[in-house]
Amino acid sequence: MSAAYVTKSPWVVHYDGSSCNGCDIEVLACLTPMYDVERFGIINCGNPKHADVFLVTGSVNEQNKGIVKQIYEQMPEPKVVVAVGICACSGGIFKDCYNVMGGVDQVIPVDAYVPGCAARPEAIIDAVVKGLGVLQAKRDAMVKAVDAPAEEVAEAAAEEVATEEKKAGAVPPIFTMAEIKVNTMDFLKK
Amino acid sequence: MIIKAIISVVAFLVLGPFLGGLLAGLDRKLSAKMQRRVGPPVLQPFYDVGKLFQKEKQTPTRFQDFYVILFVVFIIASGVLFFMGGDLLLVIFTLTIGAAFLIIAAYSSNSPYAELGAERELLAMMAYEPMVLITVIGFYMYGGSFRVSEIMAADNMAFLPLIGIFFGWVFILTLKFRKSPFDLSMSHHAHQELVRGATTEFVGRTMGWIEISHWYENVFLLGFVFLFFANGTAWGWIIGIVVALLTYFFEVFIDNCFARMKWQFAFKSAWVVAVVLGMINLFVLYICF
Ligand code: SF4
Repeated sequence: MSAAYVTKSPWVVHYDGSSCNGCDIEVLACLTPMYDVERFGIINCGNPKHADVFLVTGSVNEQNKGIVKQIYEQMPEPKVVVAVGICACSGGIFKDCYNVMGGVDQVIPVDAYVPGCAARPEAIIDAVVKGLGVLQAKRDAMVKAVDAPAEEVAEAAAEEVATEEKKAGAVPPIFTMAEIKVNTMDFLKK
Repeated sequence: MIIKAIISVVAFLVLGPFLGGLLAGLDRKLSAKMQRRVGPPVLQPFYDVGKLFQKEKQTPTRFQDFYVILFVVFIIASGVLFFMGGDLLLVIFTLTIGAAFLIIAAYSSNSPYAELGAERELLAMMAYEPMVLITVIGFYMYGGSFRVSEIMAADNMAFLPLIGIFFGWVFILTLKFRKSPFDLSMSHHAHQELVRGATTEFVGRTMGWIEISHWYENVFLLGFVFLFFANGTAWGWIIGIVVALLTYFFEVFIDNCFARMKWQFAFKSAWVVAVVLGMINLFVLYICF
Protein backbone atom coordinates (compact mmCIF):
# COMPACT_ATOMS: atom_id res chain seq x y z
CA MET A 1 0.00 0.00 0.00
CA SER A 2 1.20 3.46 -0.73
CA ALA A 3 1.96 5.87 2.08
CA ALA A 4 -1.02 7.01 4.11
CA TYR A 5 -1.22 10.57 2.85
CA VAL A 6 -5.04 10.57 2.85
CA THR A 7 -5.05 10.62 6.61
CA LYS A 8 -2.52 13.41 6.89
CA SER A 9 -4.28 16.20 5.08
CA PRO A 10 -8.04 16.00 5.52
CA TRP A 11 -9.56 19.01 3.85
CA VAL A 12 -13.01 19.89 5.02
CA VAL A 13 -16.09 21.30 3.35
CA HIS A 14 -18.76 22.52 5.71
CA TYR A 15 -22.44 22.80 4.85
CA ASP A 16 -25.10 24.28 7.05
CA GLY A 17 -28.27 22.27 6.43
CA SER A 18 -30.87 23.89 8.60
CA SER A 19 -28.77 24.36 11.68
CA CYS A 20 -29.58 27.04 14.24
CA ASN A 21 -25.96 28.19 13.65
CA GLY A 22 -24.90 26.89 17.06
CA CYS A 23 -23.04 23.98 15.53
CA ASP A 24 -21.61 26.13 12.73
CA ILE A 25 -20.04 28.43 15.24
CA GLU A 26 -18.50 25.42 16.95
CA VAL A 27 -17.17 24.12 13.61
CA LEU A 28 -15.53 27.48 12.97
CA ALA A 29 -14.27 27.56 16.54
CA CYS A 30 -12.11 24.56 15.62
CA LEU A 31 -10.12 26.86 13.31
CA THR A 32 -9.30 29.41 15.98
CA PRO A 33 -5.95 29.56 17.77
CA MET A 34 -7.59 27.85 20.74
CA TYR A 35 -8.16 24.54 18.91
CA ASP A 36 -6.20 25.11 15.68
CA VAL A 37 -7.16 22.08 13.60
CA GLU A 38 -4.47 22.98 11.08
CA ARG A 39 -2.16 21.12 13.46
CA PHE A 40 -3.53 17.95 11.88
CA GLY A 41 -3.39 19.37 8.38
CA ILE A 42 -7.13 20.03 8.45
CA ILE A 43 -8.14 22.94 6.26
CA ASN A 44 -11.62 24.32 5.82
CA CYS A 45 -11.38 24.61 2.05
CA GLY A 46 -14.99 25.40 1.20
CA ASN A 47 -14.74 23.55 -2.11
CA PRO A 48 -16.34 20.11 -2.43
CA LYS A 49 -13.98 19.24 -5.26
CA HIS A 50 -10.93 19.59 -3.02
CA ALA A 51 -12.50 18.21 0.12
CA ASP A 52 -12.04 14.83 1.82
CA VAL A 53 -14.38 15.35 4.77
CA PHE A 54 -17.92 16.66 4.53
CA LEU A 55 -19.15 18.30 7.75
CA VAL A 56 -22.91 18.74 7.82
CA THR A 57 -24.67 20.66 10.54
CA GLY A 58 -28.41 20.76 10.94
CA SER A 59 -31.07 18.39 9.69
CA VAL A 60 -32.05 17.78 6.09
CA ASN A 61 -35.34 18.91 4.71
CA GLU A 62 -37.06 18.93 1.33
CA GLN A 63 -35.34 22.21 0.43
CA ASN A 64 -31.76 21.20 1.01
CA LYS A 65 -31.63 17.47 0.39
CA GLY A 66 -30.66 18.07 -3.25
CA ILE A 67 -27.85 20.37 -2.21
CA VAL A 68 -26.48 17.92 0.35
CA LYS A 69 -26.56 15.17 -2.27
CA GLN A 70 -24.89 17.36 -4.86
CA ILE A 71 -22.06 18.41 -2.57
CA TYR A 72 -21.54 14.77 -1.66
CA GLU A 73 -21.43 13.69 -5.28
CA GLN A 74 -18.99 16.46 -6.24
CA MET A 75 -16.43 15.24 -3.74
CA PRO A 76 -13.87 12.87 -5.26
CA GLU A 77 -13.32 9.49 -3.58
CA PRO A 78 -12.14 8.68 -0.94
CA LYS A 79 -14.49 10.82 1.17
CA VAL A 80 -16.03 10.79 4.59
CA VAL A 81 -19.20 12.39 5.93
CA VAL A 82 -19.42 13.67 9.50
CA ALA A 83 -22.78 14.67 10.94
CA VAL A 84 -22.17 17.45 13.44
CA GLY A 85 -24.70 18.09 16.18
CA ILE A 86 -27.75 16.14 17.17
CA CYS A 87 -29.79 17.83 14.42
CA ALA A 88 -27.52 16.34 11.77
CA CYS A 89 -27.48 12.97 13.53
CA SER A 90 -31.20 12.42 13.87
CA GLY A 91 -33.10 15.63 13.41
CA GLY A 92 -32.76 16.51 17.09
CA ILE A 93 -35.40 18.79 18.51
CA PHE A 94 -36.67 19.49 14.99
CA LYS A 95 -37.25 15.82 14.26
CA ASP A 96 -41.02 16.01 14.31
CA CYS A 97 -41.37 19.17 12.29
CA TYR A 98 -43.54 18.66 9.21
CA ASN A 99 -40.75 19.70 6.83
CA VAL A 100 -37.79 17.92 8.43
CA MET A 101 -36.74 14.56 6.98
CA GLY A 102 -34.41 13.69 9.86
CA GLY A 103 -30.68 13.23 10.09
CA VAL A 104 -28.22 13.59 7.25
CA ASP A 105 -28.10 9.81 6.88
CA GLN A 106 -31.56 10.04 5.28
CA VAL A 107 -29.93 11.25 2.06
CA ILE A 108 -26.23 10.35 2.11
CA PRO A 109 -24.18 7.71 3.94
CA VAL A 110 -22.72 9.11 7.16
CA ASP A 111 -19.45 7.78 8.59
CA ALA A 112 -19.27 9.54 11.94
CA TYR A 113 -21.87 11.10 14.20
CA VAL A 114 -21.09 13.86 16.66
CA PRO A 115 -23.79 14.24 19.31
CA GLY A 116 -24.33 17.39 21.31
CA CYS A 117 -26.36 20.54 21.09
CA ALA A 118 -24.22 22.28 20.14
CA ALA A 119 -21.46 19.76 19.41
CA ARG A 120 -18.27 20.67 21.24
CA PRO A 121 -15.21 21.57 19.16
CA GLU A 122 -13.24 18.77 20.84
CA ALA A 123 -15.88 16.26 19.76
CA ILE A 124 -15.88 17.62 16.20
CA ILE A 125 -12.09 17.33 15.96
CA ASP A 126 -12.29 13.85 17.44
CA ALA A 127 -14.88 12.82 14.86
CA VAL A 128 -12.82 14.11 11.95
CA VAL A 129 -9.73 12.32 13.26
CA LYS A 130 -11.81 9.13 13.71
CA GLY A 131 -13.15 9.57 10.21
CA LEU A 132 -9.59 9.35 8.94
CA GLY A 133 -9.60 5.61 9.66
CA VAL A 134 -12.61 5.25 7.39
CA LEU A 135 -10.88 7.44 4.82
CA GLN A 136 -7.87 5.12 4.84
CA ALA A 137 -10.08 2.03 4.49
CA LYS A 138 -11.82 3.60 1.50
CA ARG A 139 -8.52 4.48 -0.08
CA ASP A 140 -7.26 0.91 0.35
CA ALA A 141 -10.45 -0.34 -1.26
CA MET A 142 -9.81 2.06 -4.17
CA VAL A 143 -6.33 0.65 -4.66
CA LYS A 144 -7.73 -2.88 -4.69
CA ALA A 145 -10.47 -1.86 -7.10
CA VAL A 146 -7.93 -1.52 -9.87
CA ASP A 147 -7.88 -5.26 -10.52
CA ALA A 148 -10.83 -6.70 -8.60
CA PRO A 149 -14.46 -6.84 -9.85
CA ALA A 150 -16.67 -4.11 -8.48
CA GLU A 151 -18.95 -6.15 -6.19
CA GLU A 152 -16.10 -7.81 -4.35
CA VAL A 153 -14.53 -4.45 -3.76
CA ALA A 154 -17.74 -3.00 -2.39
CA GLU A 155 -18.04 -5.93 0.03
CA ALA A 156 -14.42 -5.67 1.09
CA ALA A 157 -14.79 -1.94 1.64
CA ALA A 158 -17.90 -2.44 3.75
CA GLU A 159 -16.08 -5.06 5.82
CA GLU A 160 -13.06 -2.89 6.30
CA VAL A 161 -15.12 0.08 7.30
CA ALA A 162 -16.90 -2.17 9.78
CA THR A 163 -13.61 -3.34 11.30
CA GLU A 164 -12.32 0.19 11.40
CA GLU A 165 -15.46 1.20 13.21
CA LYS A 166 -14.97 -1.65 15.65
CA LYS A 167 -11.45 -0.45 16.29
CA ALA A 168 -12.67 3.06 16.74
CA GLY A 169 -15.45 1.77 19.03
CA ALA A 170 -13.27 2.59 22.01
CA VAL A 171 -14.72 6.08 21.92
CA PRO A 172 -18.45 5.44 21.90
CA PRO A 173 -20.01 8.91 21.56
CA ILE A 174 -18.60 9.44 18.11
CA PHE A 175 -19.89 6.36 16.39
CA THR A 176 -22.86 4.43 17.66
CA MET A 177 -26.23 5.73 16.67
CA ALA A 178 -28.05 3.78 19.42
CA GLU A 179 -26.10 5.51 22.14
CA ILE A 180 -26.75 8.88 20.64
CA LYS A 181 -30.46 8.21 20.71
CA VAL A 182 -30.26 7.18 24.36
CA ASN A 183 -28.22 10.28 25.14
CA THR A 184 -30.70 12.49 23.36
CA MET A 185 -33.63 10.97 25.19
CA ASP A 186 -31.85 11.51 28.50
CA PHE A 187 -31.12 15.04 27.50
CA LEU A 188 -34.71 15.75 26.53
CA LYS A 189 -36.02 14.20 29.75
CA LYS A 190 -33.80 16.49 31.76
CA MET B 1 30.37 26.07 -18.88
CA ILE B 2 28.03 23.48 -20.39
CA ILE B 3 28.66 21.09 -17.51
CA LYS B 4 27.89 23.81 -15.02
CA ALA B 5 24.64 24.57 -16.84
CA ILE B 6 23.64 20.90 -16.87
CA ILE B 7 24.38 20.55 -13.16
CA SER B 8 22.29 23.57 -12.23
CA VAL B 9 19.39 22.43 -14.44
CA VAL B 10 19.39 18.96 -12.86
CA ALA B 11 19.68 20.54 -9.42
CA PHE B 12 16.66 22.74 -10.19
CA LEU B 13 14.59 19.85 -11.53
CA VAL B 14 15.36 17.60 -8.57
CA LEU B 15 15.72 20.03 -5.67
CA GLY B 16 13.30 22.70 -6.93
CA PRO B 17 10.11 21.00 -5.74
CA PHE B 18 11.70 20.03 -2.41
CA LEU B 19 12.85 23.54 -1.74
CA GLY B 20 9.55 24.99 -2.97
CA GLY B 21 7.52 22.58 -0.85
CA LEU B 22 9.65 23.29 2.18
CA LEU B 23 9.22 27.03 1.65
CA ALA B 24 5.46 26.52 1.39
CA GLY B 25 5.55 24.54 4.64
CA LEU B 26 7.59 27.20 6.39
CA ASP B 27 5.14 29.78 5.06
CA ARG B 28 2.24 27.96 6.71
CA LYS B 29 4.14 27.39 9.93
CA LEU B 30 5.21 31.04 10.07
CA SER B 31 1.71 32.27 9.28
CA ALA B 32 0.38 30.09 12.09
CA LYS B 33 2.96 31.48 14.50
CA MET B 34 2.06 35.01 13.48
CA GLN B 35 -1.56 34.18 14.33
CA ARG B 36 -0.52 32.54 17.61
CA ARG B 37 -1.42 29.08 16.40
CA VAL B 38 0.64 25.91 16.48
CA GLY B 39 0.30 25.36 12.77
CA PRO B 40 0.76 22.28 10.60
CA PRO B 41 4.00 20.29 10.34
CA VAL B 42 6.56 21.86 8.02
CA LEU B 43 6.19 18.90 5.66
CA GLN B 44 2.43 19.46 5.38
CA PRO B 45 2.52 20.65 1.72
CA PHE B 46 4.11 17.32 0.76
CA TYR B 47 1.39 15.42 2.59
CA ASP B 48 -1.22 17.54 0.83
CA VAL B 49 0.19 16.83 -2.60
CA GLY B 50 0.67 13.15 -1.73
CA LYS B 51 -2.98 13.02 -0.79
CA LEU B 52 -4.09 14.85 -3.92
CA PHE B 53 -2.38 12.16 -5.98
CA GLN B 54 -4.31 9.50 -4.08
CA LYS B 55 -7.70 10.97 -4.90
CA GLU B 56 -10.09 9.85 -7.57
CA LYS B 57 -9.61 11.34 -11.04
CA GLN B 58 -12.29 13.84 -11.93
CA THR B 59 -12.25 16.46 -14.63
CA PRO B 60 -15.01 18.60 -16.10
CA THR B 61 -13.59 18.51 -19.64
CA ARG B 62 -10.73 16.49 -21.03
CA PHE B 63 -9.15 19.63 -22.45
CA GLN B 64 -8.57 20.95 -18.97
CA ASP B 65 -5.94 18.32 -18.21
CA PHE B 66 -4.21 19.06 -21.49
CA TYR B 67 -3.91 22.75 -20.62
CA VAL B 68 -2.76 21.96 -17.11
CA ILE B 69 0.01 19.72 -18.49
CA LEU B 70 1.10 22.56 -20.77
CA PHE B 71 1.09 24.91 -17.79
CA VAL B 72 3.33 22.58 -15.81
CA VAL B 73 5.68 22.04 -18.74
CA PHE B 74 6.07 25.74 -19.51
CA ILE B 75 6.56 26.76 -15.90
CA ILE B 76 9.25 24.14 -15.42
CA ALA B 77 10.77 25.08 -18.79
CA SER B 78 11.05 28.73 -17.81
CA GLY B 79 12.86 27.71 -14.61
CA VAL B 80 15.16 25.42 -16.57
CA LEU B 81 15.98 28.21 -19.01
CA PHE B 82 16.74 30.51 -16.10
CA PHE B 83 19.00 28.13 -14.20
CA MET B 84 20.69 27.07 -17.43
CA GLY B 85 21.92 30.63 -17.64
CA GLY B 86 19.73 31.34 -20.65
CA ASP B 87 18.23 34.48 -22.08
CA LEU B 88 16.08 36.46 -19.61
CA LEU B 89 13.67 37.55 -22.35
CA LEU B 90 13.04 33.94 -23.31
CA VAL B 91 12.57 33.10 -19.64
CA ILE B 92 9.85 35.67 -19.05
CA PHE B 93 8.03 34.85 -22.28
CA THR B 94 7.99 31.16 -21.38
CA LEU B 95 6.70 32.08 -17.94
CA THR B 96 3.95 34.22 -19.44
CA ILE B 97 2.86 31.42 -21.77
CA GLY B 98 2.74 29.07 -18.79
CA ALA B 99 0.57 31.50 -16.84
CA ALA B 100 -1.69 31.89 -19.89
CA PHE B 101 -2.28 28.12 -20.03
CA LEU B 102 -3.38 28.12 -16.41
CA ILE B 103 -5.93 30.80 -17.26
CA ILE B 104 -7.17 28.83 -20.27
CA ALA B 105 -7.41 25.70 -18.13
CA ALA B 106 -9.53 27.56 -15.60
CA TYR B 107 -11.75 28.98 -18.36
CA SER B 108 -12.20 25.58 -19.99
CA SER B 109 -14.03 24.21 -16.96
CA ASN B 110 -17.04 26.49 -17.57
CA SER B 111 -17.48 26.88 -13.83
CA PRO B 112 -18.51 30.41 -12.85
CA TYR B 113 -16.03 30.46 -9.94
CA ALA B 114 -13.11 29.24 -12.01
CA GLU B 115 -14.00 31.66 -14.79
CA LEU B 116 -14.09 34.64 -12.47
CA GLY B 117 -10.82 33.47 -10.97
CA ALA B 118 -9.33 33.19 -14.43
CA GLU B 119 -10.50 36.69 -15.29
CA ARG B 120 -8.85 38.05 -12.15
CA GLU B 121 -5.71 36.08 -12.90
CA LEU B 122 -5.66 37.76 -16.30
CA LEU B 123 -5.97 41.18 -14.65
CA ALA B 124 -3.19 40.29 -12.21
CA MET B 125 -1.04 39.30 -15.16
CA MET B 126 -1.68 42.64 -16.83
CA ALA B 127 -0.78 44.31 -13.56
CA TYR B 128 2.60 42.63 -13.04
CA GLU B 129 3.76 42.16 -16.63
CA PRO B 130 5.13 45.74 -17.15
CA MET B 131 7.32 45.47 -14.06
CA VAL B 132 8.64 42.08 -15.20
CA LEU B 133 9.64 43.59 -18.54
CA ILE B 134 11.23 46.60 -16.85
CA THR B 135 13.26 44.30 -14.60
CA VAL B 136 14.67 42.43 -17.55
CA ILE B 137 15.41 45.62 -19.44
CA GLY B 138 17.12 47.00 -16.33
CA PHE B 139 19.45 44.00 -16.18
CA TYR B 140 20.26 44.52 -19.83
CA MET B 141 20.92 48.26 -19.51
CA TYR B 142 23.18 47.71 -16.54
CA GLY B 143 25.09 44.60 -17.56
CA GLY B 144 24.78 44.80 -21.32
CA SER B 145 23.45 41.29 -21.60
CA PHE B 146 20.18 39.38 -21.32
CA ARG B 147 21.96 36.14 -20.50
CA VAL B 148 21.67 34.97 -16.90
CA SER B 149 25.09 33.32 -17.02
CA GLU B 150 26.74 36.62 -17.97
CA ILE B 151 24.82 38.61 -15.35
CA MET B 152 25.89 36.11 -12.71
CA ALA B 153 29.53 36.35 -13.75
CA ALA B 154 29.56 40.17 -13.74
CA ASP B 155 32.00 41.96 -11.44
CA ASN B 156 29.52 44.21 -9.69
CA MET B 157 26.28 43.51 -7.94
CA ALA B 158 23.31 44.80 -9.89
CA PHE B 159 21.46 45.56 -6.67
CA LEU B 160 22.45 49.19 -6.01
CA PRO B 161 22.12 50.53 -9.55
CA LEU B 162 18.83 48.60 -9.90
CA ILE B 163 17.52 49.37 -6.43
CA GLY B 164 14.23 50.85 -7.65
CA ILE B 165 13.68 47.88 -9.91
CA PHE B 166 14.51 45.53 -7.05
CA PHE B 167 11.74 46.95 -4.89
CA GLY B 168 9.40 46.96 -7.86
CA TRP B 169 10.16 43.26 -8.32
CA VAL B 170 9.51 42.54 -4.65
CA PHE B 171 6.20 44.36 -5.01
CA ILE B 172 5.00 42.23 -7.91
CA LEU B 173 6.22 39.08 -6.17
CA THR B 174 3.17 39.53 -3.95
CA LEU B 175 1.05 39.27 -7.08
CA LYS B 176 3.05 36.34 -8.45
CA PHE B 177 2.97 34.42 -5.17
CA ARG B 178 -0.73 35.24 -4.89
CA LYS B 179 -0.40 36.59 -1.39
CA SER B 180 -2.71 39.06 0.31
CA PRO B 181 -3.51 41.86 -0.52
CA PHE B 182 -3.27 40.50 -4.09
CA ASP B 183 -4.52 36.93 -3.76
CA LEU B 184 -7.64 37.75 -5.71
CA SER B 185 -7.53 35.02 -8.35
CA MET B 186 -6.89 32.05 -6.07
CA SER B 187 -6.02 32.09 -2.44
CA HIS B 188 -3.83 29.67 -0.57
CA HIS B 189 -5.89 30.37 2.47
CA ALA B 190 -9.12 28.75 3.38
CA HIS B 191 -12.23 30.55 2.28
CA GLN B 192 -12.54 33.23 -0.27
CA GLU B 193 -15.49 34.72 -2.04
CA LEU B 194 -14.76 32.71 -5.20
CA VAL B 195 -14.56 29.33 -3.44
CA ARG B 196 -11.05 28.53 -4.67
CA GLY B 197 -10.92 30.93 -7.59
CA ALA B 198 -9.14 29.67 -10.68
CA THR B 199 -8.30 26.34 -9.06
CA THR B 200 -11.88 25.51 -8.08
CA GLU B 201 -12.31 22.84 -10.74
CA PHE B 202 -8.93 21.16 -10.47
CA VAL B 203 -9.39 17.87 -8.67
CA GLY B 204 -6.96 15.34 -7.25
CA ARG B 205 -3.77 14.86 -9.22
CA THR B 206 -4.49 17.84 -11.48
CA MET B 207 -4.42 20.04 -8.39
CA GLY B 208 -1.32 18.18 -7.23
CA TRP B 209 0.50 19.09 -10.42
CA ILE B 210 -0.58 22.72 -10.05
CA GLU B 211 0.88 22.78 -6.53
CA ILE B 212 4.14 21.22 -7.69
CA SER B 213 4.54 23.73 -10.50
CA HIS B 214 3.85 26.54 -8.05
CA TRP B 215 6.76 25.24 -5.99
CA TYR B 216 8.97 25.29 -9.07
CA GLU B 217 7.72 28.76 -9.93
CA ASN B 218 8.37 30.14 -6.44
CA VAL B 219 11.94 28.86 -6.39
CA PHE B 220 12.56 30.34 -9.78
CA LEU B 221 11.00 33.71 -8.88
CA LEU B 222 13.23 33.88 -5.80
CA GLY B 223 16.08 33.09 -8.20
CA PHE B 224 15.34 36.47 -9.78
CA VAL B 225 15.86 38.11 -6.38
CA PHE B 226 19.13 36.22 -6.12
CA LEU B 227 20.17 37.54 -9.51
CA PHE B 228 20.24 41.11 -8.17
CA PHE B 229 23.11 40.16 -5.85
CA ALA B 230 24.98 37.52 -7.79
CA ASN B 231 28.45 38.43 -8.90
CA GLY B 232 31.43 36.17 -9.43
CA THR B 233 32.23 35.89 -5.70
CA ALA B 234 30.98 33.66 -2.91
CA TRP B 235 29.74 36.74 -1.02
CA GLY B 236 27.38 37.52 -3.88
CA TRP B 237 25.95 34.02 -3.54
CA ILE B 238 25.54 34.21 0.20
CA ILE B 239 23.96 37.65 0.21
CA GLY B 240 21.73 36.66 -2.70
CA ILE B 241 20.41 33.55 -1.00
CA VAL B 242 19.90 35.33 2.33
CA VAL B 243 18.05 38.21 0.71
CA ALA B 244 15.92 35.80 -1.32
CA LEU B 245 14.86 34.03 1.88
CA LEU B 246 14.26 37.35 3.64
CA THR B 247 12.09 38.43 0.72
CA TYR B 248 10.03 35.29 1.12
CA PHE B 249 9.66 35.95 4.83
CA PHE B 250 8.63 39.51 4.03
CA GLU B 251 5.95 38.25 1.62
CA VAL B 252 4.57 35.95 4.32
CA PHE B 253 4.53 38.87 6.73
CA ILE B 254 2.68 41.09 4.26
CA ASP B 255 0.29 38.23 3.57
CA ASN B 256 -0.67 38.14 7.24
CA CYS B 257 -0.98 41.90 7.63
CA PHE B 258 -3.36 42.75 4.82
CA ALA B 259 -6.85 41.93 3.71
CA ARG B 260 -7.61 41.15 0.09
CA MET B 261 -7.87 44.24 -2.12
CA LYS B 262 -10.01 44.72 -5.20
CA TRP B 263 -8.48 44.14 -8.60
CA GLN B 264 -8.62 47.86 -9.38
CA PHE B 265 -6.20 48.56 -6.55
CA ALA B 266 -3.92 45.70 -7.57
CA PHE B 267 -3.85 46.96 -11.11
CA LYS B 268 -3.30 50.65 -10.32
CA SER B 269 -0.72 50.12 -7.61
CA ALA B 270 1.32 47.69 -9.71
CA TRP B 271 1.40 50.13 -12.61
CA VAL B 272 2.23 53.08 -10.37
CA VAL B 273 5.10 51.08 -8.88
CA ALA B 274 6.26 50.08 -12.35
CA VAL B 275 6.24 53.69 -13.53
CA VAL B 276 7.68 55.31 -10.42
CA LEU B 277 10.27 52.77 -9.30
CA GLY B 278 10.90 51.00 -12.60
CA MET B 279 10.88 53.79 -15.16
CA ILE B 280 12.80 56.28 -13.02
CA ASN B 281 15.43 53.63 -12.34
CA LEU B 282 15.68 52.92 -16.06
CA PHE B 283 16.01 56.65 -16.76
CA VAL B 284 18.83 57.00 -14.23
CA LEU B 285 20.57 54.00 -15.78
CA TYR B 286 20.18 55.61 -19.20
CA ILE B 287 21.85 58.80 -18.00
CA CYS B 288 24.66 57.20 -15.96
CA PHE B 289 25.69 54.15 -17.98
S1 SF4 C 1 -27.62 20.44 17.41
FE1 SF4 C 1 -28.32 22.20 18.60
S2 SF4 C 1 -26.77 23.76 18.22
FE2 SF4 C 1 -26.53 22.20 16.65
S3 SF4 C 1 -27.75 22.93 14.96
FE3 SF4 C 1 -29.08 21.59 16.15
S4 SF4 C 1 -30.15 22.94 17.54
FE4 SF4 C 1 -28.39 24.10 16.74
